[in-house]
Amino acid sequence: MTQPLGALRRDGGTLVTVLAGDWSLGGNPPRFESLVTTNPVDTETAGVLAFDASALGAWDSSVLVFLVQARDYADSAGLELDRSALPEQIGRLLALAEAVPERSTADDGVVSTEASVVTRLGSAAIGTWAKLRASCTFSGEVALAVSRLTRGRAHMRWREFWVVVQSNSTGALPIVTLIAMLVGVIVAFLGVVVLERFGAGYYASYLVGFGVLREMGALMTGIIIAGRTGAGFAAELGSMKITEEIDAFITLGISPIEHLVVPRMLGVFFMMPLLTLYADAVGILGGMAVAVSLLDLSVTQFLGGLLTAVTLSDAGLGVFKGVLFGLIVGFAGCLRGLQTGSDAGAVGRAATSAVVLGITLIILANAVVDWLAALLGI
Amino acid sequence: MTTSARATTPALPAVEVRNLTMRYGQLLIMKDLNFTIERGEIFVIMGGSGSGKSTLLKHLIGLRKPAEGTILFDGEAIDLDDDVARARVLRQMGVLYQKGALWSDLTLAENVALPLKEFTAMNRQSIAEVVSLKLSLVGLRGFEAFYPSALSGGMRKRAALARAIALDPEVLFFDEPSSGLDPISASRLDELIINLRDSFGSTIVIVTHDLASIFRIADRALFLDITEKTMTALGNPAELRDHPSSNELRRFLTRSSECLP
Repeated sequence: MTQPLGALRRDGGTLVTVLAGDWSLGGNPPRFESLVTTNPVDTETAGVLAFDASALGAWDSSVLVFLVQARDYADSAGLELDRSALPEQIGRLLALAEAVPERSTADDGVVSTEASVVTRLGSAAIGTWAKLRASCTFSGEVALAVSRLTRGRAHMRWREFWVVVQSNSTGALPIVTLIAMLVGVIVAFLGVVVLERFGAGYYASYLVGFGVLREMGALMTGIIIAGRTGAGFAAELGSMKITEEIDAFITLGISPIEHLVVPRMLGVFFMMPLLTLYADAVGILGGMAVAVSLLDLSVTQFLGGLLTAVTLSDAGLGVFKGVLFGLIVGFAGCLRGLQTGSDAGAVGRAATSAVVLGITLIILANAVVDWLAALLGI
Repeated sequence: MTTSARATTPALPAVEVRNLTMRYGQLLIMKDLNFTIERGEIFVIMGGSGSGKSTLLKHLIGLRKPAEGTILFDGEAIDLDDDVARARVLRQMGVLYQKGALWSDLTLAENVALPLKEFTAMNRQSIAEVVSLKLSLVGLRGFEAFYPSALSGGMRKRAALARAIALDPEVLFFDEPSSGLDPISASRLDELIINLRDSFGSTIVIVTHDLASIFRIADRALFLDITEKTMTALGNPAELRDHPSSNELRRFLTRSSECLP
C-alpha cells in the first residue's frame, strides 16, 4: 500500500486528517499523537480539525479508537472538531460511544486497594471477630435444631442422613484402609528401629497399640474425612447458596440448618467412631505385619504384648476423639458452605477453607484431649 | 471484518445449515433443518421452551457436534476435531451467553481485554483504548475497574456484549438477550443490537422467545416447532403473524393458548 493509513494536511485554517486504506485492529493502526509529532504540517495555528475519509477502505474499531484520540487531541489543543465528512456509520458509533452513561459517577463498588496498615489490621480484626461470632451463632443454631429434633418437634431428613452415612462408610473404606494400614506400618517401623537399639524390640507391640489406638487411628481418619466429606459438605451447600436454593428454604420458612446441616452433621457424627474403630484394627494389623516380619516375634507374642499393655480406655479415648472429630468436620464443612460468597470462585474457596479449618481444629482438639487425658490419668 | 469489505463481497451467506439433525444421545431434538443466515441481517431463532433453540445455538457456535448434517460458516464447515481451524472460525464469532458468562474474577476491563490480548498483537495502551471504546459503546464508560458481581443484570449483559464485540466479530450470537431484563433495559439492548448491525454491518443471530423483541428487531425469524420436531416457518415475523403457516406458529406469535376451531 502506497498511501499511509492516516495523514495530516493543512487546508487554510483547517487541519485535515486523511484516512485511507483498510483499517483493522490487527493491522497496526497509527496513533493520532504520533501522526501529529511526525508530520511536517503546521498543527499549531489551525482552528478546526476536520476529516477526509474519501479513500477509507474497510474499517473496524481501530478507526474509532483513532478518532477518539483525535477528539482528545482537539480538546487539548483547543481545536474545533468537524466530523461532518466522516461516514454516517462511523458518526453513529461515535455518538453511541460518547453518549453520557446513565450513571456517570462510577465510584461506588470499587474497593479501594490503598489502605494504611492500621486500617487493614483493624478491618482484619473486625472480620475475624465477625467470623467468630458467626461460628458461635451457627453452633448454637445447630444445637437448638438437634434439641428440637430429639424432642420430636422437627423433621429429620433421613434421605440426606443415609447418603452421608453411605459416603462415610463404604465410600470411605478404601482410603481409610490404605492410610490406616500405612500409619500402622510407620509406627511399627519406628518401634522396630528405635526399640531394637535397647534390645526392647518386643515392646514394638506396645508402641503400635498405644500409638494407633490413642492417637493415629482417630487422627488420620479425622483428617481423611475432613478432606473428603468436609470439603464435600462445603461445596454442596456452597453451590446451593449460589443457586439461591438456601434462600428458597428460608423463604418457605424451612430452616436450612434443620434441613441440610443437621442430617449431615449427624451422619459424620455417627460414622466417625465406627470408622475410627475400623482404622484402629487395620492399623494394628499393619503394625503387626511389620513387627512380626522384622523382629523375632510370633503373632501370639505380639498380640499377647499388646493385650497386656493397652486397656479398653485407650481404645475408648480413640473412639471419643473420633466422635469429636466427626463433629468438627461437620461443623467446619457446613459452616463454610453456608458462608459461601456469590461469585464462581466462592465454592472452591469455601471447600478449601472447610478443609483447612477442619484439620486445624482436629489437631487442636487432639492436643487438648491428650492434655486432659494426661491430667485425668486415662 | 468490516463494513465496506462486507458490502463489496456479497457472495456467501454468513451461516448455512444443511439437513441438520440434533440429538442428545437417543433423544431427537430437531431434524431436517435447512436455512441460511445472510450477511448483515438480524436473524431470530424462535420457539417455545424446550424446542431446541439453545441447542441449535450450541451447534451454530461449534459447542456441539451435529448428529447429522453440516453447518457452513462463511462457506466452510466447522471441523470440531481440528483445533486450529476451529479456533480460526470461532474467532469470527462473538457470543453473548444467556447469563452473560463474564469471568467473575476479572474486572470488566480485563474481561473485554482478554480476547484482545489473546488474539491481537496490540500493546497495552491500545488495548486499554479499545476496551474503553467498547465499554462506551454499550454505555458502561467509567466501569472499567468494576467486578461483574457489583453490576446489575442489565449492566452485566451489556458488559458481556462489550466482550462479545471485542474482536469486531463477523457474526454475533445472542442467547436469550432479554431474559432477566426489565422491558426498558431489554428494549435498550435491542436498540444497541440494531445500532451495532447498522454501524459495523455485523450479522446477528438471536435465540429468543421474547415476542416484543422479535417484532422489534428481526429481519427474518425461524420457528422451531416442538411438536413437529423441525422448523415449520421462516420469514419476516410480522408476515408470519399475519399469515401463519401452522396453528402452533399462530399461537406462538399471537401469544394465545387456545386452538383455532
